[in-house]
Amino acid sequence: MTDTPISAPDTIEKGRWSRFRESDFYYDFTHSPVAIVSFVVVCILVFSSVFAPLVAPTNPFDPASLNLMNGFTPPMEPNAFTGESFFLGTDDQGRDVFSTILFGMRISLFVGAAAVLFAMVLGIFLGLVSGYFGGWTETIIMRIADVQLTFPSILVAMLIFGIAKGFTPVEYRDQMAIWVLILAIGLSDWVQFARVVRGATIVEKNKDYVAAARLIGRSPWMIMIKHILPNALSPVLVIATISLALAIIAEATLSFLGVGAPPTQPSLGTLIRVGQGFLFSGEWWILFFPACTLLALALAVNLLGDWLRDALNPRLR
Amino acid sequence: MFSFIIRRVGQSVLVLLITGLVAFSMFRFVGDPIDNMLGQERTMEDIERLRAQLGLDQPFPVQYFRFLENAAQGNFGISYRQGRPVAEILLERAPATLELAAVSAILAVIFGIALGVYTAIRRDGVWANVIMAVSLIGVSLPTFLIGILLIYLFSVELGWLPSFGRGDTVAIGSWWTTGFLTETGLKAIILPAITLGLYQMTLIMRLVRSEMLEVLRQDYIRFARARGLKDRVINFRHALKNTMVPVVTVIGLQLGAIIAFAIITETVFQWPGVGLLFINAIQFVDIPVMAAYLMLISVMFVCINLIVDILYVFIDPRLRVDRAEGH
Amino acid sequence: MSLLEINRLSVEFPGRRETFVAVNGANLTVEPGEIHGLVGESGAGKSTIGAAVMGLLDPPGRISNGTIKFKSDEISGLDASAMQSLRGAKISMIFQDPLTSLNPLFTVGQQLIETIELHIGLSSADARKRALELIAAVGIPDPEGRIDQYPHQFSGGMRQRIVIALALCSEPNVIIADEPTTALDVSIQAQILDLIREIAQDRKVGVILITHDMGVIADTTDKVTVMYQGEVVESGPTMKVLGTPEHSYTKSLIAAVPRPTVKLKRFALLSQREAFKIDDLARNWPSTEKSKSGKLLEVKGVTKRFVTRQAIIPSMRQYFTAVDNVSFEIPDGQVFGLVGESGSGKSTVARMIAGLYRLDGGQVTFDGTDVGVGASKDELMAYRRQIQMIFQDPFSSLNPRQRVDAIVAEPARHLGILDGKALTHRVDELLEQVGLGSAAGRKYPHEFSGGQRQRISIARALATQPRFLICDEPTSALDVSVQATILNILKDLQEHLGLTMLFISHDLPVVRQMCDTVGVMRQGQLMEVSDTETLFASPKHEYTQELLSLMPRLDGLSTEGIA
Repeated sequence: MTDTPISAPDTIEKGRWSRFRESDFYYDFTHSPVAIVSFVVVCILVFSSVFAPLVAPTNPFDPASLNLMNGFTPPMEPNAFTGESFFLGTDDQGRDVFSTILFGMRISLFVGAAAVLFAMVLGIFLGLVSGYFGGWTETIIMRIADVQLTFPSILVAMLIFGIAKGFTPVEYRDQMAIWVLILAIGLSDWVQFARVVRGATIVEKNKDYVAAARLIGRSPWMIMIKHILPNALSPVLVIATISLALAIIAEATLSFLGVGAPPTQPSLGTLIRVGQGFLFSGEWWILFFPACTLLALALAVNLLGDWLRDALNPRLR
Repeated sequence: MFSFIIRRVGQSVLVLLITGLVAFSMFRFVGDPIDNMLGQERTMEDIERLRAQLGLDQPFPVQYFRFLENAAQGNFGISYRQGRPVAEILLERAPATLELAAVSAILAVIFGIALGVYTAIRRDGVWANVIMAVSLIGVSLPTFLIGILLIYLFSVELGWLPSFGRGDTVAIGSWWTTGFLTETGLKAIILPAITLGLYQMTLIMRLVRSEMLEVLRQDYIRFARARGLKDRVINFRHALKNTMVPVVTVIGLQLGAIIAFAIITETVFQWPGVGLLFINAIQFVDIPVMAAYLMLISVMFVCINLIVDILYVFIDPRLRVDRAEGH
Repeated sequence: MSLLEINRLSVEFPGRRETFVAVNGANLTVEPGEIHGLVGESGAGKSTIGAAVMGLLDPPGRISNGTIKFKSDEISGLDASAMQSLRGAKISMIFQDPLTSLNPLFTVGQQLIETIELHIGLSSADARKRALELIAAVGIPDPEGRIDQYPHQFSGGMRQRIVIALALCSEPNVIIADEPTTALDVSIQAQILDLIREIAQDRKVGVILITHDMGVIADTTDKVTVMYQGEVVESGPTMKVLGTPEHSYTKSLIAAVPRPTVKLKRFALLSQREAFKIDDLARNWPSTEKSKSGKLLEVKGVTKRFVTRQAIIPSMRQYFTAVDNVSFEIPDGQVFGLVGESGSGKSTVARMIAGLYRLDGGQVTFDGTDVGVGASKDELMAYRRQIQMIFQDPFSSLNPRQRVDAIVAEPARHLGILDGKALTHRVDELLEQVGLGSAAGRKYPHEFSGGQRQRISIARALATQPRFLICDEPTSALDVSVQATILNILKDLQEHLGLTMLFISHDLPVVRQMCDTVGVMRQGQLMEVSDTETLFASPKHEYTQELLSLMPRLDGLSTEGIA
């Protein structure tokens, strides 16, 4: 740790972008084919589902555009009755599989992202509070977290879903299903965030820069938000990415089990549930393509999360 | 050491009380039990009589206590849907789930630990990297898709194994039935067990790997190398034992998770266990079954965790003996 | 024939942007029974040499040039298995931190016996006997009772003895000790060094002692090699190198070592880069107010207890008394030092005064106002405007996610002393004055070295123009030459700005350089308060006498630049 003089070129001010381009993070990214490919895949999937109404050839939920005669058309082959051909074939009701996948992925991604966001906000708040204040606040929050952690999140989500279903009047159940799903998956997932943030908070709050802020009388909330949170964000980012993959899978699982997205708003999981029925009769494409999309989405997000964890963990360098 | 175990038992009781509260609240507040139990044609007297009979006119804590008392005796009420005692239904279905979970757990633990250790020691090896890549696909592949894939391959295409059900079972004692003693039963359990175990195996493997890599970075491993100890001794004596300390806890949690994840596998394979029962209960808002399942699962988790804690004390001497005795 | 001979050794770490040369053409020889010191500041490459000899370089590090000979056999090119049989058998190593060097899940006996069986091939009964002998030999009483205990049942110093016993299992010819006493308290440090000394002499073992501490080198080694940025700058018998250094780096290094015997006005022979501009700073500094009583800070009977066991019922809680009824006062413009070993409560006192810990008893009075438990919000705010603090660890005292200008500006802005343009101007000026240049404000803390970060801390502390400065071990995480620079800066602040200071340190020579009055703490209690010269000349309390006797004398060090 010798005092070397600040080298001359550094005195020229750099923009955020060029700083970013010089960072290890950017270097790691551009030198990891896996990271680039999964990033591109995620981008394409997210883009095409956000703009599904523009990208999809048909709107599968517009009854006017459906023709039952088109049912069970295999991919890339003309239909025996109408002569129409579909990129990925059609399902039993003659809906274009490609379009239903795009719209289904839209729901899957929306539910996944919203659930993770919900879990993240809740988890960060509870993690900061329990880590910073300690004492009984911490004991109560972390006990609840421990109890919940004993149960797998998918089970917790199912329970919450079941309970919420009991509360909603029958006629609103389908409408509310998506929001109930978000609540169920989000509530089942906050513990991860809370634990990580609490751990980071306990480490950070004992560092002297926090003492320096307390010395001048900054309030606990300002210290948590301005000083501690920015330093706890990188593990949160990693967990958020991995949680997104898990949430997408959880949503698909619930929908597959019939306790998730209703057939009127099918997600990828619902599509697979429907498609499973046709597997034995030979119409494999109704199941196969949604399944592949789900796998691609989950795998790409997972790979990205895995890479992110390595890139942001300086110990592994 | 004893205070540690006693504290853990105390915590377990707390967990049971909390889940009991959740289960009871579901029972009490989700929908109206009276609505659910009496048909459309009912009189005010019927309602009042049933209310008194169920103790719903009592204050909340009394009701909760009564619920716990009943639960402890295995009395969880009557299923709204099937009209039979919940305990009876659960008991009838439990063996199927427990057998499936046991086989999957053994698969997951053995292969998970072995592969985890292998990939940690051969960190940069070709096979280790292949295993890691495959495992990531394993984590990204939802359990139900694995099940469907296996059914398609081994049942639909190859026709080797059954795609659903438990095969023939043999009754042992008054209530246990086993599929281990018949050929169809053994065949039937293969695909579900792999489906259920695969995901847990991947998790255990990845955990063992990362913990072991962490341990291999420690100073005492460096010092062991500096003393000239052989790699074999360092990896399997020093590193492995230290790896197991955190791993044991998580494996405990994972084993609990297997019973819960059985819900998915049982649905895919129409396996007649408690998981399938539970999912049907959710679909039809059959609260007593949901509540009973929740209690059953939590009792199981608590037992597993207690065993894990005791195991922990055996592995880690720091929990066994008193602190430093001065200079 | 030397035991170990290192010739023109170079070690490099290929990185993604450039290859880092950690050691460049180093020579070193070790004879039987001799302790050879390897000294240098962080980044000098001294530990890398140790790792290279052991074949334990962290990947991707590699030996790029030169030879290492053990009893004239070349060993640097050996393959892994040949290296493994040599490692531990002929050459052993002792690491810095005894708390992490032992596997927590095995008894010390198991770890000793497995090593003995491996190297000497005794039956397990004989190996156990041998292990008992070794435990006795490293000075642990009751070997029979302790052999089956686990590492966590031993104290830090005892664990380091076990580590040494482990290194001796194979009856090695060479032991490489990498900072073996850095993690230990002074009193235990001396015992461990004596043990190493004894082993070298009795067993005719050659020892390479890697350290950053000139005191350890002067007291323990026969020969010394001085390293600077990967290169050997000077080598020879310890007395000669330390007494009449030839190389300018060695000279400046020795001149930067705080002496226990004399109080210097300033440390000399330091690099003049990044000079501290005290005159610019002093010009704009408000003239220092004098306190009414002449005593700026009065501490009366302060006490701090920490809960060690939480319980719902207050009477069942267990406490540890970290500070027990401590009283002292600091007159205007004076530096008051608090010394003591780790855990003596000296930092806790500082934090109580700073308002970071609540007082569990006693009173802190600043310029006649009570600023302890009874203080009003306004009184506290006024107090905070007048005090500032410099912390020990330059890596944790700056928020890594904040830009340097924001860090320096935060206290003055939050306390409502300055804002807007005036604040920006003050920050630029301060960064200029502490020698970093105003452009440093637009960077983040990780772009600076430890010494530079400590300057940022100083700039932050000065931004509010405080009357009272608390320095909590401000230099103990720094290299000796950087420490000298920072101490010079603090001396300037005190002298030119008339700042009153509380100076916390475990290092007696540093305290002697800095303080007018010194308080000695032990286990939460203040044992003795006395003016510095009297304390060092004629300590009254037994504990102070003991501490002073453990202090390295450093008599043999060159006095160039000191007198």
